[in-house]
Amino acid sequence: MKCTRCKAPAQVQLRAHNANFCRDCFLFIFQRQVERAIEKERMFRRDEPVLVAVSGGKDSLALWEVLHGLGYQTTGLHLSLGIGSYSDVSTEKTAAFAAANGLPLITVRLAEAGMAVPEVAGLTRRPACSACGTMKRHYFDQLAIDRGFPVVATGHNLDDEAARLLGNVLHWQLPYLARQKPVLEPTHPRFVRKVKPLFRVSEYETAIYAFLKRIDYVVDECPNAVGATQLVYKEMLNRLEAASPGSKLTFVQDFLSRAQPVLPAATGDGPPQTCAQCGMPAFGEICGYCRLMRETEQKRERRAASGAA
Amino acid sequence: MRITVLPRRQQVEIAGRRRAADVLRELGFLPGTAMVIRGDELVPESAMLEADDDIEVRSVISGGAP
Ligand SMILES: [Zn+2]
Ligand SMILES: [Zn+2]
Repeated sequence: MKCTRCKAPAQVQLRAHNANFCRDCFLFIFQRQVERAIEKERMFRRDEPVLVAVSGGKDSLALWEVLHGLGYQTTGLHLSLGIGSYSDVSTEKTAAFAAANGLPLITVRLAEAGMAVPEVAGLTRRPACSACGTMKRHYFDQLAIDRGFPVVATGHNLDDEAARLLGNVLHWQLPYLARQKPVLEPTHPRFVRKVKPLFRVSEYETAIYAFLKRIDYVVDECPNAVGATQLVYKEMLNRLEAASPGSKLTFVQDFLSRAQPVLPAATGDGPPQTCAQCGMPAFGEICGYCRLMRETEQKRERRAASGAA
Repeated sequence: MRITVLPRRQQVEIAGRRRAADVLRELGFLPGTAMVIRGDELVPESAMLEADDDIEVRSVISGGAP
């Protein structure tokens, strides 16, 4: 098996692209795909500081490595979620990557603020992934605004986007479909642009990129993700991909180029109010994050009171 | 060959030589959902694995909160 590009022995087979690559050509092609996505979708410019949301997994670390290598100005933002040893290892690996590459990293430890994801989810009886998502979004927005970043980049890959698209289509979530884009412009002065530079590369490709670049990422799964619906969608899409290589890319690409333009435009109006507690955009008196925190506090106090009685 | 499957940390023994793609199928992985690693080298799915190889099969699928 020879490299499609240079005829050296190939190490990577990409069925979706009907191509095989040696190590160097694979790394080159991967970086070029990301660079093209950034330029074509006008995600950010080289003179804009980019806040990269980094979990310690393969996608976000590969993203950070590529952006840094392409010469973009990046700062990492890591939320240590307090999900036991999984979070400890994630935080360690993220810090080690930043230190080894001389990159600035902001780390927020939710457990130290009394807001570890398992506790918030347990007290409020919300699904862990939903509580976690609310907290992540809040910190990404707030830190970006407070520290002057016009854009937040996340490591969502093609499989993430295809799975989300399948879920949104199965439930005909038209407002979500209208907003499922690789670039989301802010809908409020205290929101920033959100971009997904890896939206065209599969998670197989990001894993291989991370491996070939010797990036020490967290291989373990988030314990909360076990049984997540998103994984069922990914499995279905991978079956389809096995039978018909390239399906995932076509599904997402054709959605973006053909279906999204005819969807009713996402309402340009963002949250109309300002959170009385944290000053971030809100749909009510306080924002979703502060509501979650308030509920957590109340449940914790109630529990403490009943424990003391 | 001795195979370690990550992230489940499962240990599997398979007798004889096999193509990497066949090992993945025997372990229940769909194509393009796991990397096959020998030593510190990535092995293409078409490559032959030898009976005395030590292999790591590492899933590439992650999930959870978007
Ligand atoms: Zn090559
Ligand atoms: Zn708030």
